[in-house]
Amino acid sequence: MADLSINFAGIKSPNPFWLASAPPTNTGYQVMKAFDAGWGGAVWKTLAVPVINTSSRYGSVNYKDKRMVGFNNIELISDRPVADNLREIEEVKKRFTDSAVIASLMFQTREEWHRIVRDVENAGADGIELNFGCPHGMCERGMGSAVGQEPKVLQTIVEWVMEVAKIPVIVKLTPNITDITQPAIAAKAGGANAISLINTIQSLVGVDIDNFVPYPIVDGKSTNGGYCGPAVKPVALNMVKNCAQIPGFNLPISGIGGIETWRDAVEFMLLGSGSVQIATAVMHYGFGIIRELTSGLNNYLDEKGFASVNEIVGKAVPNVTSWENLNLKYEVKAEIHEEKCIECQLCYTACEDGAHQAIGLREGSRIPYIIKENCVGCNLCSLVCPSEGCITMERVDDGSQHLTWKQMTAAGDIPTDFNDPRAGGLLHHANPTEQAFVTKRPLHYEAKV
Amino acid sequence: MAEYKTPATEADFEANFAQIKPLMNANEAYYESGRCLFCYDAPCVNACPTSIDIPLFIRQINSGNASGAAKTIYDSNYFGNACGKVCPTEVLCEGACVYTNQGVKAIEIGRLQNFATDKVLKTGKPLYKTLPKNGKKVAIIGAGPAGISCACELSFSGYNATVFEAKSLPSGLTVHGVAPYKITNEEVLAEMDFLQKQFGFEIKYNSKIETAEDLQKLETEFDAVFIGVGLGKTASLQMPGENLENCLGAVEFIEQLRLNHAEIKVGEKVIVLGGGNTAMDAASESARMGAEEVVLAYRRDQTEMGAYAFEYELAKHAGVKGIFNVQPLEILGTDKVAGVKFIRTETLNGKISTIPGSEFILPCDMVIKATGQEKQRNLLHQISGLELASNGTIKINEATFQTTKPKYFAGGDAANGGMEVVNAANEGKRAAKGIHQFLTEKR
Ligand SMILES: Cc1cc2nc3c(=O)[nH]c(=O)nc-3n(C[C@H](O)[C@H](O)[C@H](O)COP(=O)(O)OP(=O)(O)OC[C@H]3O[C@@H](n4cnc5c(N)ncnc54)[C@H](O)[C@@H]3O)c2cc1C
Ligand SMILES: Cc1cc2nc3c(=O)[nH]c(=O)nc-3n(C[C@H](O)[C@H](O)[C@H](O)COP(=O)(O)O)c2cc1C
Ligand code: SF4
Ligand code: SF4
Ligand code: SF4
Repeated sequence: MADLSINFAGIKSPNPFWLASAPPTNTGYQVMKAFDAGWGGAVWKTLAVPVINTSSRYGSVNYKDKRMVGFNNIELISDRPVADNLREIEEVKKRFTDSAVIASLMFQTREEWHRIVRDVENAGADGIELNFGCPHGMCERGMGSAVGQEPKVLQTIVEWVMEVAKIPVIVKLTPNITDITQPAIAAKAGGANAISLINTIQSLVGVDIDNFVPYPIVDGKSTNGGYCGPAVKPVALNMVKNCAQIPGFNLPISGIGGIETWRDAVEFMLLGSGSVQIATAVMHYGFGIIRELTSGLNNYLDEKGFASVNEIVGKAVPNVTSWENLNLKYEVKAEIHEEKCIECQLCYTACEDGAHQAIGLREGSRIPYIIKENCVGCNLCSLVCPSEGCITMERVDDGSQHLTWKQMTAAGDIPTDFNDPRAGGLLHHANPTEQAFVTKRPLHYEAKV
Repeated sequence: MAEYKTPATEADFEANFAQIKPLMNANEAYYESGRCLFCYDAPCVNACPTSIDIPLFIRQINSGNASGAAKTIYDSNYFGNACGKVCPTEVLCEGACVYTNQGVKAIEIGRLQNFATDKVLKTGKPLYKTLPKNGKKVAIIGAGPAGISCACELSFSGYNATVFEAKSLPSGLTVHGVAPYKITNEEVLAEMDFLQKQFGFEIKYNSKIETAEDLQKLETEFDAVFIGVGLGKTASLQMPGENLENCLGAVEFIEQLRLNHAEIKVGEKVIVLGGGNTAMDAASESARMGAEEVVLAYRRDQTEMGAYAFEYELAKHAGVKGIFNVQPLEILGTDKVAGVKFIRTETLNGKISTIPGSEFILPCDMVIKATGQEKQRNLLHQISGLELASNGTIKINEATFQTTKPKYFAGGDAANGGMEVVNAANEGKRAAKGIHQFLTEKR
């Protein structure tokens, strides 16, 4: 049994799974229920004034039979008075000493910040998260993402908070910015103990095409909301990685965005997250998913021989590099394992119309074949293939050569014009002047013209 | 104990003959359509005799465009709704679905098809604008799937199509022959009504074309004639006892079941003779009508039955017992059926022979002969110059469906010897194209 407990910037919790600041952490009732179910921590639904309820407020992206692959909301921070929240934080902490309660805050003036920081500390919170991320409503009043998008303003507010804070302070970043490392660096400069990301991405989730109003609809009108759920995971992973790679940064990162299973969580950890936060998946399936999360993470650590969560944090970070450092001599080609083929020919049409015309069809068989000369090793066919393990990408170079764009540039050996053979364009099989390379056109193409 | 009690009320009948492919609700259709892979050169399309663009209509259902899906279906097959329910999909589209290659349940194409067509049948939404009338007239003999499909296509292309039908209802065996648990009369007739409203052709009911004069009249009044008369009544077994009371032909039994089931009294013990799909249907149907015991008796080995395996399974589920390698010799009884005398057979090198001395008697009080339908020779022989193949089917050009007598075209069971609704629908439509080509080329 691996050790799942963490110490995140001084916030201890029995496992790295925290509820993100969102409706599941709206009340003491919910947070206690979550802790009973096994959640390691909870970031309280953002405390602020004023209290506002928006009706309706959610929208969803459904993909075929899957609902809520993307989720969008236009609600504001907590819909309950600050005093009630403080009282409930205190109750929760009395009952659950091991599980972490982090108070998410969003205020305006220095005085307000000072007062609320002291209040939540007195209530017994283990940490504070500054919500500089909300991309709707609050930003129109100079809070939320309006702060997160201005590194200078962000740093100033962090400094105000640090003037009084005795418990760890996490700064939650908005992804609605070109360079996520700038607010991260500003947070550190302001003295924050950790960062968390991402908050939601500004979005319009869809449009009611009968009434010409985007969703969600509030009395015939809509407004942009914040996007989250499984669809945003790739955006979040990239931003987490970017922060993890800031030279000399060293602040713990709490990863958020589209996490639903233990696998998602492990991916965030490998890219540098010391804890992870989850909102949409809990809103979809309830607190019970924690059992799958902890058991999956535990199995993974055991199977890989890791003793604790710490050992995997950031393990994939060194393997993310810039394009100019990739080995251009590395070469893979697709291979079809015929015994697994279900004969749908999706690979054929994908490569034929959407890639490099490197898949052919034989008369009398529905199983396609790879035209090796044409295959550029792009992965597309293996991605569309609905039969797991049916198309694999196999290495074909002998591994003896290593050449990067950076090295080529340094050696002054990069293509300089359109007809430069080093660019490969002249050798492309589709180039009509190089008939020799058009070795085998797929049968179907000939037959149907 | 029998699986089914004799239906006493209409509700009992509906329960005993509950639809095996019930209409999908919107949720089922949404989830099921979401599974389709949108295969390239999809095997399901290739397996459909009418080549319906299945991945396309499934995608249309999934994106909330059911009437577009219905149009895709009707573009290829005018019996789109009936076919979704009565086609042997297990051996056609669904049998070819790529999912089956990995032991995953095939997409329920037939039921998805009905989900779409049912929508337009209910709304009556106009899907087609027929071309302006071209002044030419075509006579169609028989309002079965072949004849009606031919009429739809011709009307669409601007012809005046008139259908002459011997009976008083359209759709041929779809309403008179297909098992009631596959499709209800109302469903069949709603589609016929829909088609007539879409295309505006005329059907003359109770208008059997019988005599040389009838035919002569058609030839002079119309520019071309389509023969879609299907097959005839159950063929005689040429054995003693066939005329006893309670010895029925399967086609006649089923027709009465469909049109007037309240009048049917099945015996306590029914013997069905035959091994084809009609035999399976008749056996299932007798069981569902409350027969205590239904025995299916087939001359050959079980593996040699013409019926689809799933049809035999369905019959077994209804409580039918099969006995094989038994050949009927005589139907016994004084005025009513009392039993059947059989002799056992064996198959050697593909030939069956009877085993001397193996005769035995199986008592019963009803016999249903499901031993094939007669060809419509009486009518066809009166058309001079119309050649028939040795098995009695009409000889046609496979591309144009033109017979050896140029003004006549033919399709469906009368030309293919007896297949499915979907084949007849396809052939009727293609024959209409052949007729169009013939009538436009002529001058
Ligand atoms: C018992 C049984 C069950 C079946 N079950 C199925 C099934 O589940 N699924 C399936 O796909 N197929 C099934 N079939 C087959 C299917 O019904 C036929 O292949 C199809 O109906 C053939 O269509 P058709 O238009 O060629 O002929 P028919 O459907 O036979 O139609 C011919 C029409 O012509 C009329 N007619 C005949 N002679 C004349 C005349 N001289 N003048 C005027 N009108 C005339 C008839 O009254 C009839 O309406 C079944 C067949 C039988 C017998
Ligand atoms: C309905 C809803 C309300 C949210 N409210 C807040 C909030 O008050 N404060 C905050 O910092 N983040 C808020 N978020 C953002 C989430 O904490 C989280 O950053 C985001 O949803 C991405 O994670 P996910 O993909 O697991 O949902 C909210 C998200 C949702 C869906
Ligand atoms: S890897 Fe890309 S180029 Fe090669 S066969 Fe697959 S889709 Fe075509
Ligand atoms: S996509 Fe995969 S399963 Fe489908 S034809 Fe290609 S190799 Fe076979
Ligand atoms: S074969 Fe199956 S999965 Fe493929 S298009 Fe047809 S129904 Fe869809």
